[in-house]
Amino acid sequence: MELEMRQVRNILIVRIEGEMDMLRADQIREDIDKKLDNSEIRNLILNLEKVTFIDSSGLGMILGRYKKLNSKNGRMYIAGARPQVEKILYFSGINKLITMYRNEQDVINLQGR
Amino acid sequence: MNVRNYCKLEIMSLPENISFARACVGAFASQLGCTLDEIDEIKLVVSEAVSNSIIHAYQNRGTELITIVITLLDGQTLEIIVEDYGKGIEDVARVLQPSYSSEPSRMGLGFSFMKSFMDELEVISQPGEGTSVQMRRSFVSKDKEAYA
Repeated sequence: MELEMRQVRNILIVRIEGEMDMLRADQIREDIDKKLDNSEIRNLILNLEKVTFIDSSGLGMILGRYKKLNSKNGRMYIAGARPQVEKILYFSGINKLITMYRNEQDVINLQGR
Repeated sequence: MNVRNYCKLEIMSLPENISFARACVGAFASQLGCTLDEIDEIKLVVSEAVSNSIIHAYQNRGTELITIVITLLDGQTLEIIVEDYGKGIEDVARVLQPSYSSEPSRMGLGFSFMKSFMDELEVISQPGEGTSVQMRRSFVSKDKEAYA
């Protein structure tokens, strides 16, 4: 399963592929935290376009990154969630904390203003 | 209720086996003629129950066993039982409360998903002996829905 990370200005963009369950959530958490802890990046876009499944372990990973960035006055965004993933994000209430966008470019454009 | 089909799966308590367990149950449930959305919901509840066994019952020890029994009953009803032989739950009622969590990294949504996406949920637990999570859901076949 791929995890692609790139940086645009002060935004870390993470593209996740596949299923976000307990196994994957731990790996993703480690990779993102390593990047965030070793840089001045304060903003994170999670691109979920290629995520086909999410459970409470995946949701917990997202919430944890939100709390981490929030404590540093950073912002977090979710982009491109498919309907079946979006449904679970709404069920969890994460959408009340983290703004969801259609795609990552929308967030980058918004940040550039 | 009469048993129309039955499957028993035993897995080691490894995170690698969670996706295998939910894929198996999803494939078994597909014979009910339910929608892809419904299959996604079934896969989610299996993922939650098996993750609970790994994290809470066995405290991430990957050497233990989890049993998953799937039964297709009359009336388009699917029964899923996820059993572990781990530490058990002292206070089941408390654990079933919304957003109860002893593990902040998982938001305490596991049982909420099971309650929401299944018609019936029963948790039977004996401290020191293990936990059995029993769930049932009935489906209206797509053909019948079309005539409704």
